[in-house]
Amino acid sequence: MEKRVAAVKMRNITKTFGSVVANDKVWLDIYKGEILALLGENGSGKTTLMNMLSGIYFPDEGDIFINDEKVVISSPKDAFDHGIGMIHQHFKLVDVLTAAENIILGLEGKLDLKVASEKIRQICDSYGFDVDPNQKVYDMSVSQKQTVEIVKVLFRGADILILDEPTAVLTPQETDKLFAVLRNMRDAGKTIVIITHKMHEVEDLSDRVAILRHGHFVGDMPTKNTDAQEMTNMMVGHSVNLNIVRPDPVDPQPRIEVNGLTVRSIEGVLKLEDVSFTAMSGEILGIAGISGSGQKELLEAIAGLQPVESGSVCYIEDDGTREELLGKDPLSISEMGVTLSFVPEDRLGMGLVGGMDLSDNMMLRSFRKGKSFFTDRKSPRRLAKQVVKELDVKTPGIETPVRKLSGGNVQKVLVGREIASAPKVLLTAYAVRGLDINSSHTIYDLINQQKQKGVAVIYVGEDLDVLLELCDRILVLCAGKVSGIVPGRGAKKRDVGMMMTRLGGNNNE
Amino acid sequence: MLEAILSFLPRAIAQGTPLLYGSTGEIITQKSGNMNLGIPGVMYVGGICGVIGAFLYEQSLPSPDAINPALAVLIPTLFCLIGSLLMGLLFCFLTVTLRANQNVTGLAMTTFGVGFGNFFGGSLIKLSGADIPFLALSATSNCFKKTLPGAAQMGWFGKVFLNYSFLVYFAVAIALVASFVIKRTRTGLHLRAVGENPNTADAAGINVNRHKYLATCLGCMVAGLGGLYYVMDYAGGIWANDAFGDRGWLAIALVIFTVWRPNVGVLASFLFGGLYILHMYIPSGMNLAVKELYKMLPYVVTIIVLIISSLRNQRDKQPPQSLGLPYFREDR
Amino acid sequence: MNKTKQPLFHIVKRGEMPWYFSWGIRAAAIVLALVCCGLISTIVTSENPIQIFVTIFDGSFGSSRKFMVLLQNTAMLLCIALALTPAFKMRFWNIGGEGQALAGALASAACMILMKNQPNLVVLPCMVLTSIVAGALWGLVPAFFKARFGTNETLFTLMMNYVATQLVAYFSVVWENPKGSGNIGVINPNTMVGWFPEILGNKYALNILIVAVVTVAMYIYLNYTKHGYEISVVGESERTARYVGIKVEKIIIRTMLISGAICGLAGLLLVGGTNHTLNSAIVDGRGFTAVMVSWLGKFNPIWMILTSFLLVFLGRGAGEIATDFGLNSSFGDILTGIILFFIIGCEFFINYKLSLTKTSKKEEK
Repeated sequence: MEKRVAAVKMRNITKTFGSVVANDKVWLDIYKGEILALLGENGSGKTTLMNMLSGIYFPDEGDIFINDEKVVISSPKDAFDHGIGMIHQHFKLVDVLTAAENIILGLEGKLDLKVASEKIRQICDSYGFDVDPNQKVYDMSVSQKQTVEIVKVLFRGADILILDEPTAVLTPQETDKLFAVLRNMRDAGKTIVIITHKMHEVEDLSDRVAILRHGHFVGDMPTKNTDAQEMTNMMVGHSVNLNIVRPDPVDPQPRIEVNGLTVRSIEGVLKLEDVSFTAMSGEILGIAGISGSGQKELLEAIAGLQPVESGSVCYIEDDGTREELLGKDPLSISEMGVTLSFVPEDRLGMGLVGGMDLSDNMMLRSFRKGKSFFTDRKSPRRLAKQVVKELDVKTPGIETPVRKLSGGNVQKVLVGREIASAPKVLLTAYAVRGLDINSSHTIYDLINQQKQKGVAVIYVGEDLDVLLELCDRILVLCAGKVSGIVPGRGAKKRDVGMMMTRLGGNNNE
Repeated sequence: MLEAILSFLPRAIAQGTPLLYGSTGEIITQKSGNMNLGIPGVMYVGGICGVIGAFLYEQSLPSPDAINPALAVLIPTLFCLIGSLLMGLLFCFLTVTLRANQNVTGLAMTTFGVGFGNFFGGSLIKLSGADIPFLALSATSNCFKKTLPGAAQMGWFGKVFLNYSFLVYFAVAIALVASFVIKRTRTGLHLRAVGENPNTADAAGINVNRHKYLATCLGCMVAGLGGLYYVMDYAGGIWANDAFGDRGWLAIALVIFTVWRPNVGVLASFLFGGLYILHMYIPSGMNLAVKELYKMLPYVVTIIVLIISSLRNQRDKQPPQSLGLPYFREDR
Repeated sequence: MNKTKQPLFHIVKRGEMPWYFSWGIRAAAIVLALVCCGLISTIVTSENPIQIFVTIFDGSFGSSRKFMVLLQNTAMLLCIALALTPAFKMRFWNIGGEGQALAGALASAACMILMKNQPNLVVLPCMVLTSIVAGALWGLVPAFFKARFGTNETLFTLMMNYVATQLVAYFSVVWENPKGSGNIGVINPNTMVGWFPEILGNKYALNILIVAVVTVAMYIYLNYTKHGYEISVVGESERTARYVGIKVEKIIIRTMLISGAICGLAGLLLVGGTNHTLNSAIVDGRGFTAVMVSWLGKFNPIWMILTSFLLVFLGRGAGEIATDFGLNSSFGDILTGIILFFIIGCEFFINYKLSLTKTSKKEEK
C-alpha cells in the first residue's frame, strides 16, 4: 500500500451551539490527492466540521494540523492562507456584483478587473469552465453560480477544496461535468472533500468515505471496499430497511384536473407552459424534474398563491361537481369548502412561523374559525399536543418556538398540521429534504396513510429512487413542460432521468 | 431675473453644503450595511465641538486681532472630527459589537447629540457672559469664510462658482472621492460586499466588523464636518440652540434620493438646499403663512422621490441588501 | 510560519433563560446608567452625588403637582408608544408618531377655534372624531404606498412628520392670536370650549384614565384577538401570511390606520386635555422617544408602562438638576441618551454570552 500523506488532520474537534453538540471530539484525516466523501445524516455535523476548516466557525476544543503543522484557523482568510477553499451549499456570492468582482472579493492589492478577468479566463480554459467575468450574479443560473464559486476558490490557489452538497441543484449533465472537473483536479494533485448524502455519487466519485453520526466520527474506508447498504447502516447506527411500501390505490376518481396551465414569473420568464394532468383520489402523483423546472409554480398555482397567465385548475367533488380554483386566493378556496393542504418547500419561511411556538403555528390554519373577534387558543393547543404525541415530535414543550426544533421535527409539525384538517388534496414539496432516514420514513408513512384515506396526493420530490418507490404515477417536468407521465410501478430510473432533461425523453430528437 | 438667480444659486449651494456632508457620510455608512439614524445628532456634535474648539482658542488669545488663521481653522476642525468620531465609535460599539437594533440606537444618538449640542452651546453662551441667546465667534468664522482670491473679478462666473469657502469645495471633493473609492477601488468593493452580504464577505476573508467600524466612523466624521460648516461658515460663527434644525434628517433622505451615489449627491444636495430656501424667493406679499407651506417642499419632494424609486424596481438601484441588519457569523 | 494567535474568547448565543435573569441584567444596566449619570452630573455641577439623586427624585416626587406632571407625561409618551407598537410588531417602522400626533392636535385645535361658539357637548365629540381621523389619515398615506409599491416606510413616515410640522406652522400664522405674534396662544381661555373637563378634581386625571384604557385595550388587541395574531404573522413572515390566506396589504393598511388613530388621540389629549393651544413643538419629540419606549418594552404594553415611566422620570429628574444648578435644560437629553445607550447595550448580554476558548490539552498519540 502506498504511503499516504495527510493534508489535514483534525483532532478532538468539539463544537457546540447552545445546548446542541454539533461535533463531539471528532478525529478526521484528509489525504493529499484524494476525493473524500464525507457522509452523514442531516444534523450529523458534516457541514459544521468543514466550516471549522474554512474558518466560518471556530472550534470550542481541539486542534487542526495542515501538513503536520498545528494551525489556528480563526477566519476564512486564515483558511485561504492555508490553501483551503470551501464551496458552500448556499452560495456565498454578492448578487449585485459581477462574476469577476465576486471572484477577487477579499483579495488584496490594487483593483484591476482586467488582469483578474484574464486570469479567470485562463482557469476556465484549463478546467473547461464557462464563466463571463462581467456578468452580474443575479443574472446567472444556479450552475453558473456554482462555477463562479469553484473558480473563486481556484483563483486563490486552493489545494484543498471542500464542496458542500454541490449536486443538489444541478442537472444530471451538469453533475457529470462537475465530477469530470473534480477528477481532473484530483489528478492535478488537489485534495477534495465532498459532503453529500447521495450514495450513488459517493460510489461514482470518491476514493474514500468518512462517516459522521450525531456529531461523532464513526469510521472511514476506501469506497471500493464498501456498498450503499453498509454506509447507510453506519450513518444511521443500526440496520435500516430502505424499502418504502406502496399500497395499491383504491377506487381512484379524478380530483384535480389541470388544463393548459401557463405561468410566467414577474420578470416575464415562462415557468410553466401548457401543463395538463389529472390527479386522482387515493393515489400519489409524483412530480419529478430538475430543481427549478416549474414544480414550485405548479403547486403554488393550485394552492392559489401564484398568478397564472392562462389555463384552468378544476377541483372535482365526489359527486362530480366541478369548481374552478384559478383566480382565487387561499382564503376563498377554503371558503368554498375545498380542503386543500400544502406542505411547501420553505418550511420556516412559508409553512410555519419560526418565532412562534407550536401551538401558535397550529393556529395558522384555524385562527379564523368562529365569528368572535378574539382567538380561540384552546383547540390549537390541543392539536399541538396531539401532533407532538402522535408524530413523536422531539420538543421541550408546545411553547417552544419551532425555529429551535431540528429539521425533521419542524417537518413533522408542519405535516401534522396540514393533515389535521382532513384534506381532500395534499400538496407536498420536497417533503423529506434535509430529513434523516428515520424521519423520512415517518413522512412516507403519513403520506401513504393519507392516500389510503382517499386523498389526492401530489408529491414533488428530488430523489428519483424515492419517487419510483413511493408514487403510483410520475409526472416528469422538463423546463416547465410536461415531458411525460409514467406509472410508478416498473418505471426505469434511467428513462425518467432522461425525460427530465429532454422532452419525451427521446434520445434521437 | 438674472440678479435673482445670481443671488439664489450661491445661497442654495451654501444651504446644500451641510446636507452634502451629511448625505455623503450616511452613504459611506450605509454602504457598509449600517443604517445610522443618529446622523442628525452627529452633526450637532460636530458643530458644537468645533464651537468649543474655537471658543477655547479665542479665549486664549490676548485680543481677537492676534488670531492665527491656520490654527483658527485647524483647532475647531480637529475638535469637530474627534467629537464626531466618538459618536461613530459609540454607534459601532452598540450596533456592531453589541449587535443592538440600529434604528433605536440611531434615534437615541440623535436625542443625545442634539442635547449635547444645545447643552454645551447654552453653557458656552452663559460663560461668554452675553445677554443675547447665542454665541458669536466671528473672528474664527472669518478665517473659515475666506474665499478664493479673485472671485470678485470674475463677474457672474466668480459669484456662482468661486465665491465659497474651502469647506464647500472640500464637501464636493469628499463626495467625488467617496464615489470613486466606492466604485473603483478594492476597499470600495469590499465595503459594498459587506453591506450587501456580510456572510459572503466574511467567507471571502473580509473583516466585516472592521469595515463596518471604519465606514461608520468615517461617515460620522464627514457628517460632523457638515455641522462645523454650518456654524462656522453659513451661520457666521454664531451658535444658537436648535438653529441647525432638521437638516440631518434631510441628509438621510438625500441618501435614498441619490440612490447611494455621493457624486449625484453633489447636485442633489444643492437642489435640496435650493428647495430649503425657495420660500424666501417666492413673492407672497404679506402672507407669511404661505411661506410655511413652501418650507414643506423638500420633504414633499423626498416623499415623491421615495415613491417613484419604489415604483421602478431596478436591481442595482436598491439599498444595500443587509442594510440595518446586525451580523453574527455563527448565526444559524 | 507559526501562528499561535488564538482568540481569547468568543461570542456564543444564549439559549433559553429565565425571565428574572434577563430583567436582572436590564436592572443592572439601569443602575449602572444612573451611576454614570450621577458621575457626569457631579462633574458638571460639582455637587455631591447624593444631592444629585435627591434632586432627580425631587423632579418627580417633590410635590404633588410635580407628581401629576410626571404621570401626565408618562401617559402621553405611553400613548404614542402604544400607537406605534402594532406597527412595529408588523415590522413596519413607523417613526412618524410625531406627525400623526401633530395631525390629531391640529384637527382638535381646528375644532376648538372654528366652533368656539358651540357648546362643549358638540365640540368635544367633534374633536375626538376629527383628531382620530386626521391621525389615521397621516398613517394611511405611507401605509398605502408600502402596501402597494413597497415604498420605504421609515423615511416616508419621517418626512410626513415635517409635512405635519409645516402644516401646523402654516395654521399657527393663519390663526395667530394676537395678530402678528405668529402664535396661537391659549385657545378659548375664557369660555374653555373644547377643554377637557376636570375629573377627580384634577385636570390631568381624564388623560391618564384614557391612556390606561388604551393600554389595556392594546394589550388585549395584540395578544388575544384575530387581528393581533394576523399582525404577528405578517411581522414574522409575509410569505407565511400569504400562504395561509392573510391579505398582507389589508393588514398593513388596517394596522397603520389604528396606529395613526391612536397617535391622533394623543394629539387630542395634548391639545384638549393638556396645553389648550397648538404649536409645531407640542408633541415635543415624543414620537421619537416612543420608538424607544416601545422597543425597550419588547412591544409589550404592560412593560411599556415601566419603560415610559422610567424615561419620563429620568427626563424630569435631569430637568430638575438643570434648573436647580442653573444648567441648560438640554442636560436632560444628554442623561436620557446615556441611559438609553446602557439599556440598548445590555440586550447583548441577554442574547449572547462571552465564553473563554478552551484548547484541548490532550496530545496526539
